Amino acid sequence: MTNVNVVVIGLFVFVLAVFLGLELITKVPSLLHTPLMSGTNFIHGIVLVGALTIAATVHDTIGGVIAVAAVFLGTLNVVGGWVVTDRMLGMFRGKAAPAPTAALAPKPEARPAAQPTPPPPGEQR
Amino acid sequence: MTIAIPNWATLGYLVAIVLFILGIKQLTSAKTALRGNRVAGMGMLVAIGVTLGMLHSGWQYVVPAAVLGTLVGIVVARRVAMTAMPQLVALFNGMGAGAAALIALGDFHRVTSSGHPSLDTIGAVTILLSCLIGGISFSGSLIAFAKLQEWMRGTPITWPLQHEINGVLLGALVGIGLAITLLHGGAVLIIVFAVGALILGVLSVLPVGGADMPVIIALLNSFTGIAAAVTGFVLGNDALIVAGALVGASGSILTMLMSKAMNRPITNVLFGAFGKLAEDGGEGAGALHGNIRETNVEDLAVLLTYAQQVIFVPGYGLAVARAQHEVKELATQLEQRGVRVLYAIHPVAGRMPGHMNVLLAEADVPYSQLKEMDDVNPEFPRTDVALVIGANDVVNPAAHNTPGSPIYGMPILNADQAKTVVVLKRSMRPGFAGIENELFYRDNTMMLFGDAKDSLAKLTAEVKLQAAP
Repeated sequence: MTNVNVVVIGLFVFVLAVFLGLELITKVPSLLHTPLMSGTNFIHGIVLVGALTIAATVHDTIGGVIAVAAVFLGTLNVVGGWVVTDRMLGMFRGKAAPAPTAALAPKPEARPAAQPTPPPPGEQR
Repeated sequence: MTIAIPNWATLGYLVAIVLFILGIKQLTSAKTALRGNRVAGMGMLVAIGVTLGMLHSGWQYVVPAAVLGTLVGIVVARRVAMTAMPQLVALFNGMGAGAAALIALGDFHRVTSSGHPSLDTIGAVTILLSCLIGGISFSGSLIAFAKLQEWMRGTPITWPLQHEINGVLLGALVGIGLAITLLHGGAVLIIVFAVGALILGVLSVLPVGGADMPVIIALLNSFTGIAAAVTGFVLGNDALIVAGALVGASGSILTMLMSKAMNRPITNVLFGAFGKLAEDGGEGAGALHGNIRETNVEDLAVLLTYAQQVIFVPGYGLAVARAQHEVKELATQLEQRGVRVLYAIHPVAGRMPGHMNVLLAEADVPYSQLKEMDDVNPEFPRTDVALVIGANDVVNPAAHNTPGSPIYGMPILNADQAKTVVVLKRSMRPGFAGIENELFYRDNTMMLFGDAKDSLAKLTAEVKLQAAP
């Protein structure tokens, strides 16, 4: 495949994803706008994947410095964004009504919010 | 392209993307939102795992940077106060944007320094776009952070020929970009280009006022999403393209919602029409003269205790005064005395979209009591007391009945329809748009002057003295 093809297919994917994003987000109630923003903030931390890719192609000092900075910023974005969103959403949890409702009671996976499991990027090996 | 991505990795990225989409889908309901974020987190782990499995070098750069980033990220995210959420989101947003710009620079360096310069047109354009958008969003987010953190004054900073200077700068960047594309490289040029993008980000956000921050944070969020997507084009990585596009779409929707809720076209926010708007408002203002009725804590406590339904209308001022726990305490006391309590949340209350909901949720207010504008407006006519705390423009009836007013047409909370309106306010100073509020002069309105936190604490103490009916 030539370069041009990759970009054209990329554009294809990009446009479809934008429409999907518009569909998905329109349904979010304003109650959740801050967690949504913080959550999508975490998702654009996907640039970390790009930073890791760049790090693998480094062949001199300048490239190394750029890679280290990019991986650091990307990791900060991913980990920080995820942890803070988890914390925030934990505060919304189980507060649907002043009295505990039956709908919330039987949830087996209801564990305390004080158990954040941040994604440990870069520590797979 | 940089690295040929094997098929198994592409399929892995597909799994990651599906998890992201499912996660965002679950963010649409308060019941499933926490799970949604965890599902999206799984998606990120898959994406990172796939990438690490695909690469065979660079560990000496990756491991220390990732460990440091993880530690700093966890510490900052766990320590931050919920009131500081807007600046934290701005900061993380800037980090992602900075990473995107650096990736573009890194790829540029890899391609152009590998002996025979081979930067083709498409490569150059995607790298330049990623560098431009990422750079603007990086420095813009840092300025937004500094303003929200109050390291810098929150009022709009303006200077002569603002738009012209930005226009010339953007034109120069396009010129430099063209030169890089035609020359298939140029290390000095790309550095000048990146610095120019950073300066443009600073110049664009400096004129934005503190009250417009909800719009600008949403916009910068969208920018970083797009920067991530363009980086996907640079690296030929679909995971980045899709995830970036999702974030870009989300940020754009929030930007539009926010500017609609503030009745200000996004161009107004961006191009610093703020000052002009305030002047226009100033002409019409001053016409309002009437009697202001002041109340005191004791009378108000009695009024609240004997009410059947009370609606709190929290605004920017409450966030500034950090009085959300005091509000909750007062609400609890009133509920114990049989008063029905609701919270009317305007879409732009707080410093970022939905910020007020988070602040109140942190103070343990059940989210079923947090009412969106359209749901709560029919409640006001049968409400005994509407307690307006640090909100101004979002309850200004001029939005309904003064066609010349800058906020005419802005959706507002109809607090004026309550039997009694009590406004907690520092002084008679107008809101951010500089518009007088006729609500304050109405017959059914009373003012309680002072710091919101202080007033609420006294009010709660006074309510406690009232015997439960």
